[in-house]
Amino acid sequence: MKLTVWTYEGPPHVGAMRVATAMKGLHYVLHAPQGDTYADLLFTMIERRNHRPPVSYTTFQARDLGSDTATLFKTACQDAVDRFDPQAIIVGASCTAELIQDDPAGLAETMDLKIPVIALELPSYSRKENFGADETFYQIVRGLAAPQDRSARITCNLLGPTALGFRNRDDVEELTGLLSDLGVDVNVVAPLGATPADIARLPAAHFNVLMYPETGEAAARWLEKTYGQPFTKTVPIGVAATRDFIAEVQAITGLTATADESRLRLPWWSASVDSTYLTGKRVFLFGDGTHVCAMARMARDEMGFEVAGLGCYNREQARAVRAVARDMGVEALITDDYLEVEQAIEALAPEMIMGTQMERHIGKRLGIPCAVISAPVHVQDYPARYSPVMGFEGANVIFDTLVHPLVMGLEEHLLTMFRDDFEFHDAAGPSHHGGHAPVAMSDASGGSISGKMMPDEAPSVAEGSNVIWLSDAERELKKIPFFVRGKARRNTEAFAAQKGLQQISLDTLYEAKAHYAR
Amino acid sequence: MNDLTPTPGGGCRSAPVLKQRGQREVFCGLTGIIWLHRKMQDAFFLVVGSRTCAHLLQSAAGVMIFAEPRFGTAILEEQDLAGMKDAHTELDREVARLLDRRPDIRQLFLVGSCPSEVIKIDLARAAERLTQVHAPHVRVLNYSGSGIETTFTEGEDACLASMVPVLKDTPARELLLVGALPDVVEDQMLSLLGQMGIDNIRLLPARRIDETTAVGANTVFALTQPFLGETHAALMRRGARHIPAPMPFGEEGTTAWLRAVAAEFGVDDATFDAVTAAPRARARKAIAQAAEHLNGKSIFFFPDSQLEIPLARFLTRECGMTAVEVGSPYIHDAIHGPDLDLLPAGPQISEGQDVDLQLDRVRAARPDLTVCGLGLANPLEAEGLTTKWAIELVFTPVHFYEQAGDLAGLFSRPIRRKSVLRVEAAE
Repeated sequence: MKLTVWTYEGPPHVGAMRVATAMKGLHYVLHAPQGDTYADLLFTMIERRNHRPPVSYTTFQARDLGSDTATLFKTACQDAVDRFDPQAIIVGASCTAELIQDDPAGLAETMDLKIPVIALELPSYSRKENFGADETFYQIVRGLAAPQDRSARITCNLLGPTALGFRNRDDVEELTGLLSDLGVDVNVVAPLGATPADIARLPAAHFNVLMYPETGEAAARWLEKTYGQPFTKTVPIGVAATRDFIAEVQAITGLTATADESRLRLPWWSASVDSTYLTGKRVFLFGDGTHVCAMARMARDEMGFEVAGLGCYNREQARAVRAVARDMGVEALITDDYLEVEQAIEALAPEMIMGTQMERHIGKRLGIPCAVISAPVHVQDYPARYSPVMGFEGANVIFDTLVHPLVMGLEEHLLTMFRDDFEFHDAAGPSHHGGHAPVAMSDASGGSISGKMMPDEAPSVAEGSNVIWLSDAERELKKIPFFVRGKARRNTEAFAAQKGLQQISLDTLYEAKAHYAR
Repeated sequence: MNDLTPTPGGGCRSAPVLKQRGQREVFCGLTGIIWLHRKMQDAFFLVVGSRTCAHLLQSAAGVMIFAEPRFGTAILEEQDLAGMKDAHTELDREVARLLDRRPDIRQLFLVGSCPSEVIKIDLARAAERLTQVHAPHVRVLNYSGSGIETTFTEGEDACLASMVPVLKDTPARELLLVGALPDVVEDQMLSLLGQMGIDNIRLLPARRIDETTAVGANTVFALTQPFLGETHAALMRRGARHIPAPMPFGEEGTTAWLRAVAAEFGVDDATFDAVTAAPRARARKAIAQAAEHLNGKSIFFFPDSQLEIPLARFLTRECGMTAVEVGSPYIHDAIHGPDLDLLPAGPQISEGQDVDLQLDRVRAARPDLTVCGLGLANPLEAEGLTTKWAIELVFTPVHFYEQAGDLAGLFSRPIRRKSVLRVEAAE
């Protein structure tokens, strides 16, 4: 057993729902108790879909337990096929149904439904949402792809985009345009928007673009093995990665057309003097493996940040994340426990966090600016406007996303500098940018489940030591911009401890500053 | 004085009920934790379940998950499924760690889920054992919020019912008010009753364990929520007597509810009228504003919280709406009866659900307003129906006089919005 409050990923059957909801003409019959329909609202509310997810639940109840549940499953299957007339169905069990062992696959196969029935084995007690999506898509591809000739023109499939994916909708559009520049047509995008008939046409493409390894890798590998379709290894997030991706496509296809870069603004924006202050900003990255790996390279090479730490919550990508971490000279944090992430962020005291909605709230609690770069995300990160993260427009989008909280940070800094002005004194509170309110409350996050308080803004005795801050040093510390104050406090205390000092005076503060000067 | 005689054509108490079984689009009882943990300030709710349960709570709690949550899920892992003994040791360890981290916790609820019920982890025994280990500082109780046994608000019912057997015994003639209400509403209710001279009152649930409620053979109790069937039964078993009344929604419902309690305690009409006259007038005025947009409109309720029948009564009688169908996950005659008596005859009353068939009915009826869950609301809006998502009715203060206008407002807002939007969605 493991006590959990926040979860980065849902159970694997939610991953299967993401695939089913992404597709058209496919229905998912899910053996699940009453209540599991809650997952529908992720699609209808967070992603604001205008239709119900194509999922039928058996909604068995306590009184049905026993032999009855198998009948219930068969009835639900038959009703779904009669009512929705799908081209194919997928069948599976949620965590509770897994325990009652009704074998949805076996039951559905005996029913003679006249359409393909794809059975899913999703181990709910050991795997999670991303695995569920990857496995479901793989089983669908395996079950439906049909041998056929390659298309006359050079075409590719886009693999991996799903429902509830972070910016998947616009990434597909951006890549379709980019590939068109290169002379490559898109054969099928899957699972997003594909029908079972489209899945059957996958082998007509000359190669596959693996957009999201989390949700498309198993299918891409199977198509490579079975139909000899190579798949791209570079995820085109960031300018350099997009150019690498173009080179990879050119190598696969032999085509030489180049992409239109006329609207790519990140390189100049980043080079312009206004961006000088971004240099060496210490950032911490956390999210799914793919976005963290890609964005870490962008952060370092295209934004000029220093990557202070990075990690991911999905163990499937641990190897790739560790490799990037080694390249950056930092330790990778592979965990799905947000308390560990919070600890890492506290210890590293970065100037910005690039993460998920969880890190956004951790950032809020610690007073650190945050930009969202990965699922899980809430409704505001399924925007109405066009906002890909892939390709050249994606690079523009990310530049804005990363700079915006920091520009706000600079404003906050200016306000802090003038904090003794009558308009800007401390008691006037933080500016209207709630995202950067300094830590004041112990009840601001799930972190308090551990009963922890932030040491910042605490009494002058440093937590866990006997070092006392003298009042002049304490006052001076408050003049330091809030987003580096935590680090300054820690460094000074470490310095004092190292020197065996009992008190921190103004001099100690500046000696420590000189000691740690970069 | 209210005219509480049954409406022309009779009420709905003896109307035939459409009972269907099939796919149900409802929350499970675990969701109750989200409001119960706010009400009971020294309680922690520990769900013993799967990643699905944790994900459900996270999805349903929304941003609340980021604000000092006094609930969590002990997620069962593969090795927990292998042997039961192991599960108990694991649970003991997690509870000890939790109570160590959160010394402010005085009541711990072990909340059963579908997985824990199916593999039959004996949480009742675990609760007894843990009570002994952590007594006297912490009391450990258990109830089930599993989807296979409970629907949405029945989670609160199961929780309150689990507390009834351990309540202190009292021989006093007292009024016990049952159901978790927002603090502001609770205070209004106590003030009204206090002004009538009824002040020997206890609450279930109390805000903290130290104010623990007592019950006995001379206790009379009134329900402020219509989904408390099990709690009702458990209190009867302790010898307490129920005061049947319509639920306190709207001016009329509140007055009828107060009158039933006042009659029990011998409050004279003059006192009753003196206390209620001003708030009644305020409520009527506030309702009238919102009712402008509701008058003559039809409404269709999908089952969700068991609040549907009293709300349909309020909307038809006080706001001039016509009910097409009133669906409830569960109908309990002793509790819903007084509201059914007042609900004008006509609507289809339905219990349980086959969601696809019910959707066929709502599409055929094309009501002006459909009350449903969030999984159905946007899809129905996209089909041109106007919806009011039902969950808000459980989280928002809607009971008693001062909230009557807000309650009507919750229903009129979607209709007003439809009339102000001038832009069509592109296809």
